[in-house]
Amino acid sequence: MMPWRMGEGDPQRDAEGRLRNLLAIEGLREGEILEILDSAESFLGIGERTVKKIPILRGRTLVNLFYENSTRTRSTFELAAKRLSADVLNIAVASSSASKGESLLDTVDNLLAMQVDGFILRHPEAGAAHLLARHLGERAWVVNAGDGQHAHPTQALLDVFTIRHLLGPISERVVVILGDILHSRVARALIHALSILGCPQIRVVGPRTLVPPELQGLGVHVFHELEPALTGANVVYALRMQRERMDSQRLPSLEEYHRRFGLTAARLRLAEDNAVVLHPGPMNRGVELSAEVADGPQAIILEQVTHGLALRMAVLARLAGGNP
Amino acid sequence: MASTWDLSILIDSLQRDLQARIDPQSCVMVGIYTGGVWIARELHRRLGVAAPLGELDISFYRDDFSRVGLHPEVKASRIPFSVDGSHLILVDDVLYTGRTIRAALNEIFDYGRPDRITLAVLVDRGLRELPICADVAALRLRSNPSDYIKLRGPNPLSLEFLPGGELAPA
Repeated sequence: MMPWRMGEGDPQRDAEGRLRNLLAIEGLREGEILEILDSAESFLGIGERTVKKIPILRGRTLVNLFYENSTRTRSTFELAAKRLSADVLNIAVASSSASKGESLLDTVDNLLAMQVDGFILRHPEAGAAHLLARHLGERAWVVNAGDGQHAHPTQALLDVFTIRHLLGPISERVVVILGDILHSRVARALIHALSILGCPQIRVVGPRTLVPPELQGLGVHVFHELEPALTGANVVYALRMQRERMDSQRLPSLEEYHRRFGLTAARLRLAEDNAVVLHPGPMNRGVELSAEVADGPQAIILEQVTHGLALRMAVLARLAGGNP
Repeated sequence: MASTWDLSILIDSLQRDLQARIDPQSCVMVGIYTGGVWIARELHRRLGVAAPLGELDISFYRDDFSRVGLHPEVKASRIPFSVDGSHLILVDDVLYTGRTIRAALNEIFDYGRPDRITLAVLVDRGLRELPICADVAALRLRSNPSDYIKLRGPNPLSLEFLPGGELAPA
């Protein structure tokens, strides 16, 4: 189930137990997450200046190694690295080869021969970033920018950063995660991050076919009707419905989904007055959110993008600069 | 044995020296976190500087980042005015190796290009490692690297000195 547990040690940490790679939210300590969120707060101000650049990673070389297309993630990592004055190499690899594991490590060895310092890896296979971390050892570090349905830790960190930045401590908020929980690495990482930060009530809501029943055992409150799940919520996190999965038996149609689980202005009124609406993007307008909600004052989807940049700066600075 | 100085006398002296050099209507003032901001707040009020006070955290500009890494509690710098063409008064508590001031100058120039920068410090303890000097200092000491000199505050402000060597007011 968790391939990185099978080898020796924790590939996320160095021999002294310090954070060396960011591979998944699982295994991070509360203090480490809070430190990353705190430094992201200070990086947020850099983006408001005329000169949006600070010198701390001057002379370092980072590689954006993307085996899957993801414009927003790739460009925010690239901008984050550039605002820290690092040099960035962008490599997009078509992942059609049957021997992806081999070709990934071959590609990486060639890049290591060019003396790069760190990798930001997006790969369709779960465990790819862990494989790379083990391969690299002390030679370079890795940030997992999404591996299959497994993990995408900077997304969860930017989500909790956004909630904390706008609403205050996570430990006082009721958070609702809405949609395809089963296939979502975003949902899984977010649930982990929220629990580590002491969120008092995490609710998930979606069709029975898209919510894994074992979540109930993890202290998560499971709902299959939207209205009761929204009552008293401070945060509503709508997951992206992936159209490519809609031909399966799990859901009749997107119209049917919207009718039962789409977040409309009327339904949002069941939540607390100042509740905020998040979405990891890209959004299917009229499916996860009605246009009125998506463009309304409670949607903070573009703030998530701005915060994602600052959060990724904090992660890169942390891994590239050693630990305090 | 620790000794302390009367801070109000030191700040009086900074105020007098700066009054002769600045125009409070047109100059801008920036304090360096943390001690420099405390001193700058006092000077800003006493001198009646018209523009709001700027605050600088130079952590992102330190030259030892690759050795010590990122401190998670970096404060955000706030420069609520344009520094272009300004006469900028840079305020810090203790001037020592000069590396903090070097970092602060680099950061200020990322906000714009001041016409002139005047450096005011509470204590100049010598032992510079870079060619930087204070235009105004309330106290100039010849200290040893083993001496401990630190401003504590903000309420009340006090200057702590634990000698590891000989103290000689210059």
